[in-house]
Amino acid sequence: MSAVLDHHGAHAHDHEHHAPAGWRRWVFATNHKDIGTLYLLFSFAMLMVGGLLALGIRAELFQPGLQVVNPELFNQLTTMHGIIMVFGAIMPAFVGFANWMLPLQIGASDMAFARMNNFSFWLMVPAGIILVASFFMPGGAPAAGWTLYAPLTLQMGPSMDAAIFAMHILGASSIMGSINIIVTILNMRAPGMTLMKMPMFAWTWLITAYLLIAVMPVLAGAITMTLTDRHLGTSFFNPAGGGDPVMYQHIFWFFGHPEVYIMILPAFGIISQVVPAFARKKLFGYTSMVYATASIAILSFIVWAHHMFTTGMPVTGQLFFMYATMLIAVPTGVKIFNWIATMWKGSMTFETPMLWAVGFIFVFTMGGFTGLMLSMAPLDINFQDTYYVVAHFHYVLVAGSLFAMFAGYYYWAPKWTGVMYDETRGKIHFWWSMISFNVTFFPMHFLGLAGMPRRYADYPMQFADFNAIASVGAFAFGLAQVYFFLAVVLPMMRGQGEKAPQKPWDGAEGLEWEVPSPAPHHTFETPPKLDPTATRIVG
Amino acid sequence: MTQSDQTESRSAVAGLARGARSAAAAAAMGGLWLATAVQARVNDLPGGPAVNQLNFHPPATRIAEEQHWLHWFMLAICATIFVVVFGIMFYSIAKHRRSVGHKAQELPEPIWVELGWTIVPLLIVIGMALPATKVIVAQKDTSNSDLTVKVVGMQWKWGYEYLKGEGEGIQFLSTLDPQHRVMSDSGKPEAVDDYLLKVDNPLVVPVGKKIRVITTANDVIHAWMVPAFGVKQDAIPGFVRDTWFRAEKTGDFYGQCAELCGKEHAYMPIHVKVVTQEEYTRWVNEKKKAMAALADDPSKEWTLAELKQRGEQIYAANCAACHQANGKGAGSIKPLDGSAIVTDADHGKMIQILLNGAGNGAMPAWKQLSDVELAAVMTYARNSWSNSAGDAVQPREVVAARQ
Repeated sequence: MSAVLDHHGAHAHDHEHHAPAGWRRWVFATNHKDIGTLYLLFSFAMLMVGGLLALGIRAELFQPGLQVVNPELFNQLTTMHGIIMVFGAIMPAFVGFANWMLPLQIGASDMAFARMNNFSFWLMVPAGIILVASFFMPGGAPAAGWTLYAPLTLQMGPSMDAAIFAMHILGASSIMGSINIIVTILNMRAPGMTLMKMPMFAWTWLITAYLLIAVMPVLAGAITMTLTDRHLGTSFFNPAGGGDPVMYQHIFWFFGHPEVYIMILPAFGIISQVVPAFARKKLFGYTSMVYATASIAILSFIVWAHHMFTTGMPVTGQLFFMYATMLIAVPTGVKIFNWIATMWKGSMTFETPMLWAVGFIFVFTMGGFTGLMLSMAPLDINFQDTYYVVAHFHYVLVAGSLFAMFAGYYYWAPKWTGVMYDETRGKIHFWWSMISFNVTFFPMHFLGLAGMPRRYADYPMQFADFNAIASVGAFAFGLAQVYFFLAVVLPMMRGQGEKAPQKPWDGAEGLEWEVPSPAPHHTFETPPKLDPTATRIVG
Repeated sequence: MTQSDQTESRSAVAGLARGARSAAAAAAMGGLWLATAVQARVNDLPGGPAVNQLNFHPPATRIAEEQHWLHWFMLAICATIFVVVFGIMFYSIAKHRRSVGHKAQELPEPIWVELGWTIVPLLIVIGMALPATKVIVAQKDTSNSDLTVKVVGMQWKWGYEYLKGEGEGIQFLSTLDPQHRVMSDSGKPEAVDDYLLKVDNPLVVPVGKKIRVITTANDVIHAWMVPAFGVKQDAIPGFVRDTWFRAEKTGDFYGQCAELCGKEHAYMPIHVKVVTQEEYTRWVNEKKKAMAALADDPSKEWTLAELKQRGEQIYAANCAACHQANGKGAGSIKPLDGSAIVTDADHGKMIQILLNGAGNGAMPAWKQLSDVELAAVMTYARNSWSNSAGDAVQPREVVAARQ
């Protein structure tokens, strides 16, 4: 134990003299665990805000005709729902997981740049406030879609500039976070933790961090050009001055497609930790999992224009981007097969984390198959900008990223809080979310096939029933997440519940289970000595 | 696959489609308690969406048929893989659990396993890409068309211009029936089958002819989509793109704008009327005569009453969506009623705004309207509601301002 805990941590409250109490602990936080908590709370708050916007959309679409919002506000809702969920909820939540778990998993004392870590987090808060406040600016929030396509962005009010500013801040935060993660993983692993012995979550985040550094500046470029087009008389994307609106789309999606993998690779990492723990086996094909993750990341840079099949690119362009996109199915398939092989001949139990993980594999694969459908350019001509696309990316982002995060939460939160969650409540949360998720998004496949365009405030009568079903499902899904917070998260934060053992899951492996629950404020202050598998501490 | 095999498999999938449709319709019954009495009265719209439609529109072109087939082909492969893979997973979940006493066994990891499940999916994907390639090449081939139509996306209507072939020179705007827009706002739209799909002037084309559609836009990006034709093409301002279709049956076909283009995005439908060759020739002749009769002489001196009457229709079709029928605007939309610019004795400011737009495009430019139309709508605005400028804006003033 001496390697695990510093001499102060061994006495329960002693660490407080170097961890300031009260608000200072959070505002001046440099501890990776505190910053991880801040990230997770912030992203959950943004999830609730983005969810409210989504419910506004679904309330309007419950019936044909405009009953709840006018079309301007409707477009603001769809736009801000997308921006807030992508940049405010999913991305920071994974950074929160990274902050909490990476140092614990690799045996490091903290993140490499503790003060920069603090700065990355506290940059997010003003950005989040600006995004929400944009609704109260003259002309309302931006309404050009989360992709901010030119030249529609040129028609937006001052809130567009505010949103661009917020996205710049968020981008800076992401880049700093990524640098921190890369340096931590590459330089601060405990002796004996070679790269190929690292837990999969660390691997997926290492690759994700490189993706972030590569593409966030591209987004920054695109929105900066939008800004100068709006105010400084440039014409990068403004056709009235000889600019090219399609160029915006190329630049945006050169960021946007790797961004999609930024939001899913850490999810793959979490699932790759949870499935072996509850199958009580090693992860099948660890090496191929690492290679598959890297291949997905590399391929993500050469598929961006599959978002643009209807812009009218030449036949060779369509063929290239179709083939490249379909290739991604191969490494993604390898991951699914490896997970199932890990389950095969295991000794499985189905506590809540495992339920979410199996649910993830099942529902995410459906999103994967619709992705394959969309990759086919001749079919995409029909699917592009319809509800089919909406169904697809919610299957991979909600059932993918979000469900994986729930798996990760139930798996690791006992380590964070020191108490077990309530198993019954966890199961209610899972089944309630799983069913309402499918009620919400499955009918959208049919709407898309029938040609209902996305971002429509009102629609032909024939689409009414499926929209009504989707709206009911959406409200149920939203309530499920409120239930999660009130019935699962809050009690754990207050320390109510059964005390968590150091390793609550008998099949789990890894250094995070070598420290007590809750994890002491400081861990691994001196590098631990690892066994040959780098999963246990010796001596 | 031989042709007959293909036909057979197509009819098989069509049967499957019917089966799936009735099964899903039964499932949808569960959701029907949600449906209001209004929606229960809605019927399928031939050429447009069907009630609770589960698949693509019935194809009206060769390309759409190919896409339809490709979709079933993909669905069959994906469904098979899905059933096999998750069959294995759920079998494992049932058998390899601790509650039934299963002990964990580490599996050997021979290299052929990983290679196998990399190479087999790769081959499947290649098998999928081959038929898709054929369809892409066909749908991108816009050569040798019989008729070329230019489609212009505008906030928020479509402009059609017959560029080449029979009917050359015909041009008109196509706008959603304003009644439908009012119904939408009311929150309680009537159960009409073509709700939000009814336009004043449909695009008319002959059956069996290759129609090349050239798209562009005036303001922001729009997308021209007709699902039954398997056609969707972005209309991009400052750029020209093209696509094509050859309708194989007559009838009405509907689509909607598919690229977010601002607040009235949901209200710029597309209606294509496919008619026989004789009907088409007749339509062209009538349209040309009507256009000749309507050709306004902008140099003529118009009376206030004439312009105001004409302006009322133009206002309803183009302006009322934002500025409202009562001229009061809404939210960020400026009111016209009582506006100093509208009633100013100097017509120049208003003419400039209409020709060039204002507020960074928040008010779009309307230069695509004719001189007489612009003069009429301005005269209407200056002399309606509480505005009483008492004079007319003459078309020649617009002509002069355009120079």
